[in-house]
Amino acid sequence: MFGYVIRRLLAAIPIALGVSMVCFALVYLAPGDPIQTLLPPDADAETVERLKRLYGLDRPIVIQYAEWLYRVATGDFGRSIANGRPVIEEIQRSLGNTVLLAFLSVLVAFSIAFILGTIAGRKSGTWIDRAVTGVAVLGVSIPNYWLAIVLVIIFSVELMLLPSSGTAGDTFDPTSWEHIQYLILPVITLSMIPVGIIARTTRSAVSEVMNQEFVVTLRANGLPEWRVLKHAIKNALPPVLAVMGLQFGTLMGGSILVETVFAWPGSGYLLSKAILTRDVPVLQGTILVLAMIFVVTNLAVDLFQSTLDPRIRRG
Amino acid sequence: MSPLVEVEDLSVNFVTRESNVRAVNGVSFSMMPGEVMCMLGESGSGKSVTMRALMRLLPPKRSVITGKIRIAGQDVLAMDDGTLRRMRGSTVSMIFQEPMTAFDPVMRVGDQIAEVVALHRGVSHKAGRQRALDLFDLVRIPSAQRRLDAYPHELSGGLRQRAMIALALSCEPKLLLADEPTTALDATVQIQVLILLRRLQQELGMSVIFVTHDLGVAAEIADRVAVMYAGRVVETGTVRDVLRSPLHPYTAGLLASTVHDQPRDQDLKTIPGAPPDMRRLPPGCSFAPRCPRMIAECNAGSPPPVTPAPGRIVRCIRVEQPEFA
Repeated sequence: MFGYVIRRLLAAIPIALGVSMVCFALVYLAPGDPIQTLLPPDADAETVERLKRLYGLDRPIVIQYAEWLYRVATGDFGRSIANGRPVIEEIQRSLGNTVLLAFLSVLVAFSIAFILGTIAGRKSGTWIDRAVTGVAVLGVSIPNYWLAIVLVIIFSVELMLLPSSGTAGDTFDPTSWEHIQYLILPVITLSMIPVGIIARTTRSAVSEVMNQEFVVTLRANGLPEWRVLKHAIKNALPPVLAVMGLQFGTLMGGSILVETVFAWPGSGYLLSKAILTRDVPVLQGTILVLAMIFVVTNLAVDLFQSTLDPRIRRG
Repeated sequence: MSPLVEVEDLSVNFVTRESNVRAVNGVSFSMMPGEVMCMLGESGSGKSVTMRALMRLLPPKRSVITGKIRIAGQDVLAMDDGTLRRMRGSTVSMIFQEPMTAFDPVMRVGDQIAEVVALHRGVSHKAGRQRALDLFDLVRIPSAQRRLDAYPHELSGGLRQRAMIALALSCEPKLLLADEPTTALDATVQIQVLILLRRLQQELGMSVIFVTHDLGVAAEIADRVAVMYAGRVVETGTVRDVLRSPLHPYTAGLLASTVHDQPRDQDLKTIPGAPPDMRRLPPGCSFAPRCPRMIAECNAGSPPPVTPAPGRIVRCIRVEQPEFA
């Protein structure tokens, strides 16, 4: 087990480095020049040159990357071109909000989808199975920005039960309804796709395990059905966890539209602002941090999977 | 002494929307306590299905079981779920063909045995582990203590099958159903496992039904043989009688097609044709289309059981014919 953990950790390092390179290069591959957005269109060449030097954009790209990596590793993500504030502060504030949203959404999705998927997998081929599959397909197919707007119309505009957008403050207080009410609609919206995906994965994993020979052995030894199901679930969990990790990663970076609809001050919101203003340091920093969270999530899932299934530890 | 197992006119149909597979068609036999019976027959003859029917392990929605099964005085087909669960793994237990897939792959084998012991005996998991350790010694697993903590994939095929036997014996069953327990193993390991099973059977005095398609295995371990063909028992008798002087043409064909002391350059005899389609069984004797002794009457109806000698039952109308008996 210990050896496996070390191997996985070492394997994550080149992935992280690769990701950082892509993050850095991405901005240079994108069209548009950040200097030109900062300066008025009629700025003279000398001013452009001065500003380029100031931001270090005149040096070879390899040097820029090495310097950027060194600064990033020490926690210095530079300053936002748009508002001059340290990028790290912007990321910290918005990331906390997004992590909260993504974590709750995946948790809610998992709780619902795992139960639905397990029931469907146990009863594969019955009407319950088809109903769950139907719900899953629906969840995956509904565009979530559309759902967000519909939910706002129903619960905020018509029923006036929940706030339509924003947060109650910078720091989240989990005991206060004032804070929680802002989370409800975004979490429902964001959990729809994960519900569909996790339910389908669970369904196929459970139904596959239930057809395995060892289930017959368990029954032949007189185990009651709920104990058989317990064995089956432990066997079905690793692939479901893998999908869950991916969904968490996707929600961390991919909820731009939903965060915009709900004016949720998260990383998606931050990213979309940075893209519109060509705020390169913010863009680089945010993408890098999101990618690292993705890498760390996958690592955590891998390690957790290996505690469930000892066969993963080999090779 | 009353019989431990009584099976009467057992039939199993697998029903789907498209077809109706008649896997077992009127099997009857009985076994005394401590008796070892071998079920012989080729793949698809209904041996495994019969075994699973004895424990009601077939999928309840897709299979229809009719007939009578009595084990240790209890009517198996009439049992409620709770009684059935208490019987499974304690009065009757089963060893499977493929020990790799028969264990839960993500649980230590010692814990899997302990779970069953704790369930049936109402003892703690720790006491169950202690019992598992004793069982590992009983089935001669070396370094038993360490092997308890092994996962199934960490054991060799032979050790896995020994662990499977330990699991099956964990609650001292009166009847052990062994469904081709040596088929998936290497030849040398097969013999070790066979010798182990025979020794355990003698020490523990349980009844064993041993399913195999290997005549050598049958000769090695069984008191009695039941030969199955197309879901029917076509011949039963003591191992000696059946293997020395088979009465049913199918048994005779099976023996002739086995490697024993034939000269090297002589071709093995095979039975021509293939087993019948279990969805459309012929109205008469199922073996008639492949039988060298077939006559017109063979296709008239399913041959009734006849008893040409004490303790022998054959389903073949030609057995009584003088030139054949």
